[in-house]
Amino acid sequence: MLVAGIVGYGAYVPRYRIKVEEIARVWNKDPEAIKKGLNLLEKSVPGLDEDSVTIAVEASRNALSRAGISPEKIGAVFVGSESPPYAVKPSATIVAEAIGSVPVMMAADLEFACKAGTQAVLNCIGLVDSGMIDYGLGVGSDTSQGRPGDALEYSASAGGAAFIIGKKDALAEVEEFYSYTTDTPDFWRKEGQEYPRHGARFTGRPAYFKHVLSASKGVMEKGGYSPSDFDYAVFHQPNGKFPLLAAKQLGIPKEKVLPGLLSPVIGNTYSGATLLGLAAVLDRAGPGDLILATSYGSGAGSDAMVIRVTDRIEEKRDKAPKVEEYVSRKKHVTYGEYVKLRRKLKV
Amino acid sequence: MAEQGSIPLIWRRYPQRYRLEGNKCENCGTYFFPPRLVCPNCRRRGSLTKHVFSGKGVVESYTVVHVPPDEMAGQEPYVLALVRLEEGPVVTAVVTDVDPEDVKIGTRVRLAFRRISEQGESGLVCYGYKFAPEKGF
Repeated sequence: MLVAGIVGYGAYVPRYRIKVEEIARVWNKDPEAIKKGLNLLEKSVPGLDEDSVTIAVEASRNALSRAGISPEKIGAVFVGSESPPYAVKPSATIVAEAIGSVPVMMAADLEFACKAGTQAVLNCIGLVDSGMIDYGLGVGSDTSQGRPGDALEYSASAGGAAFIIGKKDALAEVEEFYSYTTDTPDFWRKEGQEYPRHGARFTGRPAYFKHVLSASKGVMEKGGYSPSDFDYAVFHQPNGKFPLLAAKQLGIPKEKVLPGLLSPVIGNTYSGATLLGLAAVLDRAGPGDLILATSYGSGAGSDAMVIRVTDRIEEKRDKAPKVEEYVSRKKHVTYGEYVKLRRKLKV
Repeated sequence: MAEQGSIPLIWRRYPQRYRLEGNKCENCGTYFFPPRLVCPNCRRRGSLTKHVFSGKGVVESYTVVHVPPDEMAGQEPYVLALVRLEEGPVVTAVVTDVDPEDVKIGTRVRLAFRRISEQGESGLVCYGYKFAPEKGF
């Protein structure tokens, strides 16, 4: 049992959306097949003045509002992203400067495909639990890109969530964790390449499902939980289909997954995805509720966490905008506008 | 908030640009943004201390920019507003995440952290404050 808990959480999703129909129209694909096959309706698109750092800052400010602590008390800032604006120069220092946590603190960027966000949170949990720091900020934030015309283009989206970890006044306790990691070549992008490559169907069983199921079963076995103990379950959501299939194989009913399943309406926010799902669950969970949250990052690995909500959720929940408010705030764009917003157009 | 050239100048202004840090005169109670070196009301009797603004404000007036500077190209038409912060000072800033026709005098806004400009493909990204509508943020 860990002593570290979640003292604040915050979400951010950009305003723009593009519908599956609009992308499919350009590439002469059947939108109904994609919508049904991947359980996707639309995805978020960042504005021209947004990137993974601005998203991380907005989410972190929301987390600070809920935590109610002075930013100088944060002893570590980790930002997980696969779309940092700089190849060399940390995003974490920009985030820390923007929220006012500098200078007596440690900071680093993490990269592990879609898993970097939960890894950032786990690092904070370890540091808080060991007594090295009082509070740590872990962020997952991305503005991910898919190659135009590729299947990823229907899902790769933008968003992020931030979690402040501490010992005092936690709104949720992290009871148990379990990480499962192997070298699996299911998805990669080399330095200087604009778009990633993926192993198509290989991304399913030996990659996503093997790691998500192993980590989820592992954390249950380690902590003595059974699937029926959980009130909510959040899984990494590269599309709307995989998390529901993973839940089914674990014996967790769909109803417990749907509150944290955002990919059908905002797409895959990569490093933000599992954390945003967890934030959406915390927006509605009650004291005593038990949450299973399992991330997945290609390459590949999964972090599973068992989280117990405390009484403090009620007093903290309304201190920042909820995930649903960001999801319902939207403006649809055409494929042409999307190309401009994503800077795919070279002028 | 166009940023040209000087990296030291950009860096020196991080506190005000990143987190709306200004100051307050403890003698007369006036808030300043950007921060002042001397209180213009109290002069040598003044006592300035750091103040981080809440970021809440109201659009006092605005214009819609259709012909932007190079670093804002593609974002037009956008709203450039005079935002009255709740502590008093007026800040000139872009209102983002909104269609220009939805901004009115009196629209309540909150602080947003955004990319302001970029020094070319390989250059520094300059981040700073914009504002976004408080309602439907």
